[in-house]
Amino acid sequence: MKLRKGIPVIDQGDKLGFWGGKFGGNFVPETLKKPIEDLEIQFNKLKNDKNFIRERDKYFKNWIGTPTRFIKLNNLTKHVGGAQIWSKVVSDANGGAHKIYNATVHCLLAKRSGKKVIIGDTGAGYAGKMLSMAAKKFGLKCKIFMGAKDIKRQQPNVKAMKKNGADVIPVYSGSQTLVDAVSECMRFWVANCDTTAMCVGSTVGPAIFVRICGWSTSQISRELKVQLINEFGEVPKKIKLYNCVGGGSSSFGFWNEFMDYDKKQVEFIGVEAGGPAKSKRHAAPLTYGSKIGILHGAAQYVNQDSDGQIEETESISAGLDYPGISPLHCFLKDTKRARYTAASDEEALKAYQIVTKYENLRPSLEPSHAFSVAIKEAKKFSKNTIVIINSCGDAYKDRGILEKKLGKKYVKSN
Amino acid sequence: MLNPISLAFKKAKNEKRPALLTYTVAGDSSKKQSLEILKAISNYADILEVGVPHNTPVADGGQIQTSSYRAIKNGIKMNDIFKIVKDFKTSKNSKPIILMGYYNMIFQYGENNFLKKCKKSGVNGLIVVDLPWPENKIFSKKCKKNSINFIQLLSPTTSNERLKSITKDSHDMIYYISMLSTTGGKLKVSPNKILANYNKIKKINPNKNCVIGFGITEKTISKFKNTDGLVVGSQICKEITRSLNNRQNPVINVSKMVSKLRKKIS
Repeated sequence: MKLRKGIPVIDQGDKLGFWGGKFGGNFVPETLKKPIEDLEIQFNKLKNDKNFIRERDKYFKNWIGTPTRFIKLNNLTKHVGGAQIWSKVVSDANGGAHKIYNATVHCLLAKRSGKKVIIGDTGAGYAGKMLSMAAKKFGLKCKIFMGAKDIKRQQPNVKAMKKNGADVIPVYSGSQTLVDAVSECMRFWVANCDTTAMCVGSTVGPAIFVRICGWSTSQISRELKVQLINEFGEVPKKIKLYNCVGGGSSSFGFWNEFMDYDKKQVEFIGVEAGGPAKSKRHAAPLTYGSKIGILHGAAQYVNQDSDGQIEETESISAGLDYPGISPLHCFLKDTKRARYTAASDEEALKAYQIVTKYENLRPSLEPSHAFSVAIKEAKKFSKNTIVIINSCGDAYKDRGILEKKLGKKYVKSN
Repeated sequence: MLNPISLAFKKAKNEKRPALLTYTVAGDSSKKQSLEILKAISNYADILEVGVPHNTPVADGGQIQTSSYRAIKNGIKMNDIFKIVKDFKTSKNSKPIILMGYYNMIFQYGENNFLKKCKKSGVNGLIVVDLPWPENKIFSKKCKKNSINFIQLLSPTTSNERLKSITKDSHDMIYYISMLSTTGGKLKVSPNKILANYNKIKKINPNKNCVIGFGITEKTISKFKNTDGLVVGSQICKEITRSLNNRQNPVINVSKMVSKLRKKIS
């Protein structure tokens, strides 16, 4: 299995949509073949269309707000003592997370194909919140599928979705989390694909959705590359990019522009959700060696039993609480371009405390996983190593959980 | 010699009616009971689809999901399902069996192992909901080699070009999905429109047995009398749920329902 240079990773799949011959694909009911093919044709054309790119960039700049900040965390660097610690504050983006890029692109595509309704899944509520914002912006009706358990634990985002005029549809099947929300959303699309566009909230699902999402979030690394050159005059000799990985949309977007660099120069570190310290229901299929299986239309490493039933996961972070992982990350793992590890719930909480103690930054529970590993490893690196963590979400949505776990003092009013 | 599935269609044709296909989930509500249900309804149905329950089904509506979760919760495993089929096949009124499910279950079992086991236990056909054409080309060939019918699915969104290619690669039976819906949806398309699509498929190759599924219930079934076969699934699953909720015997109730369905098309 080989990662090729000079070709975007999203375009390295084969004819049937498999990366490395075995990850991804289109395991979908016959009914969805046509709408997926339509979307493929549309996207393949538009991604090289100058007018479309101009339109995308206009909304990215004026509405989402690009670029998001790239800042040095001086106090944290001093506290840790080792590498320079920086952060790409993607939570600056309109709505507070990277999910806005994918949502905006999907709405642009839906609009062009004449669809009036857009549906989407959500775990932490970010994908749903952003889709509801973008749908409102582009005059589309919006339905968001969300696990009943997640609705309870991510209330601020639920409220935001409703405020934007979206229908939030609770999903009561299975574990009542993201995995079931995606299933239900796909089922709705099966029944309504003639009038409705679907946005998959991460780099998961049938191959075309993986590609569109990866293409959209790559905005993050495009900005970062420019910011690095502005700051250092070049892409520094030793960079380490830390990112949490649930479905894998923010990490892929954070890395994409640096794909062709030698990993000794730009290393990618993906941090999965290790769940509660004593739990075995990790949402970390790459770290703990899950087998390849099919989930939501794509072949990927996925937590499952020997029969192939998808297993429930457990994580404090709703955004990472997913038994599978993007086929892109499976590909990056097996080609050894990226390295994957996990942080537990407790470690993520600890990292959140450290970051908020030293910096004026409040990463949500998802990027707190990445901070945890970055802080641990940065100690061992030299001063000229540039550690960068993608702070891809804001902790506002987690205030309920943080208050319960850490007490009121950690939750400032917002 | 005709394979059992083709034979079942021929028998129905001789009686000038469509074949009746039922769908029940293996292990719903228990291994024993699902076997009893199969035995009871095979008095009236011509071909029995046995659902392999999966916990992330992307094409099933509420009724079949409920049945599937119930079966999984009661501990059904792939090997139990083969056992159910084997036991059913030794019963006196046995009929052709089609396993219907999602590809991951086959993938984890290993395609070759799975087919070996199918053959051993007497499975006659397979419907794999999320393995469309052309992705299914290799697997469907393997099925053929093992004398197992791989049943291709067609839907209202299938383009004419695809209809032709898929029909060409199909075995003895094709499954036409009547409308854009998950299983168990209300029939939202007029029967005439469904029949028009059905006839389009039949025209491509009149020798393939084409069944219609999705939205077929006691209420709608008689409108499709001039077809090769009709599948009823969700309504049966719903009846099992209803029976359990009312503390009645699902075996008796489901058997009554299937007998009624059969009368409506006879």
